[in-house]
Amino acid sequence: MLRDAGGIALTSGAYAVSCGAICTAAGLSLAQTLALSLLMFTGASQFAIAGVIGAGGNPFAGAAVAVLLGARNALYGLRLASLLQVRGARKAVAAQLVIDESTAMAVGRESGRAGRLGFWATGIAIYVLWSLGNLVGALGARFLPDPEVLGMDVAAPAAFLALLAPRMRGRGPWAAAAAAAVTALVAVPLLPAGVPVLLAGLVVAVLALRLPARPPTGGEDPGDRANAGTTAEEGIR
Amino acid sequence: MIWYAVIAACVGCYLFKLAGLSVPDRILRDGRTRRIAALLPVGLLVALIATQTFSQGNHLTLDARAAGLGAAVIALLFRAPFLVVVAVAVATTALIRLFLS
Repeated sequence: MLRDAGGIALTSGAYAVSCGAICTAAGLSLAQTLALSLLMFTGASQFAIAGVIGAGGNPFAGAAVAVLLGARNALYGLRLASLLQVRGARKAVAAQLVIDESTAMAVGRESGRAGRLGFWATGIAIYVLWSLGNLVGALGARFLPDPEVLGMDVAAPAAFLALLAPRMRGRGPWAAAAAAAVTALVAVPLLPAGVPVLLAGLVVAVLALRLPARPPTGGEDPGDRANAGTTAEEGIR
Repeated sequence: MIWYAVIAACVGCYLFKLAGLSVPDRILRDGRTRRIAALLPVGLLVALIATQTFSQGNHLTLDARAAGLGAAVIALLFRAPFLVVVAVAVATTALIRLFLS
């Protein structure tokens, strides 16, 4: 299991390099990029705030999108709470390590001890390599000339697409995707940059309440991914 | 201003993580909460993709980024790894700009 944790962490380190580069290309300073990787430590949210700021949007709209994307970690924490049994300072530390990969490596183990080992080993290994990867990406991107000439402005949307792909199982996600795309594009000429994304999130939340009780997604359950052994390709979301 | 947004976002993300370990099960186990949590990331990611590919400021646009995103879709259909998907999109966009400029 420790080898699995190391392998997943190495893959995350590679994602982290692109995350650091995208943050820098979006105009974030090195300190801001590192603050995101050390303090936020949830990949999709980091890509999101960098993406909105890079596209000229209001930084607080970017922050709101990032926090909403991070909301799924609360569901992971719910599954982990009874397994980890942490209190006080250990709980404060454990909370920061609650991400897709550490949850996937913890749930569905044969024993509680193995689950706890999976959580801590994966969480700590990824935390270290994620931060190093962001540092390398941020420093590397400083040597690039005009990001637009190099097509770097499409790096964030492409990264979002790769994060999105494994979630597109079943009709619910496709309906949500269509509603979000239409809402966001219709809102672009009417609202300040960044806000159309929040509006799309609101529309999807309302839509989610109107869909049948159990949409066949499965994409939100990290246990499925751990069992299928696909964690390496899926990365931090 | 960016610093305030960065810190606020970090605090918000951390509080969600901590909430999961702290609040009673029944709140987050609620069916409505779970349905929103399952679809919200999809909606936000799609909206981010759409606005960052097809708009510039307050204008809808169709430019080299759309081709880059199309290339990324093809790379994903071939099950390419994450970094390859991003690299293919970036390279396609850069090449098209090179030829059109």
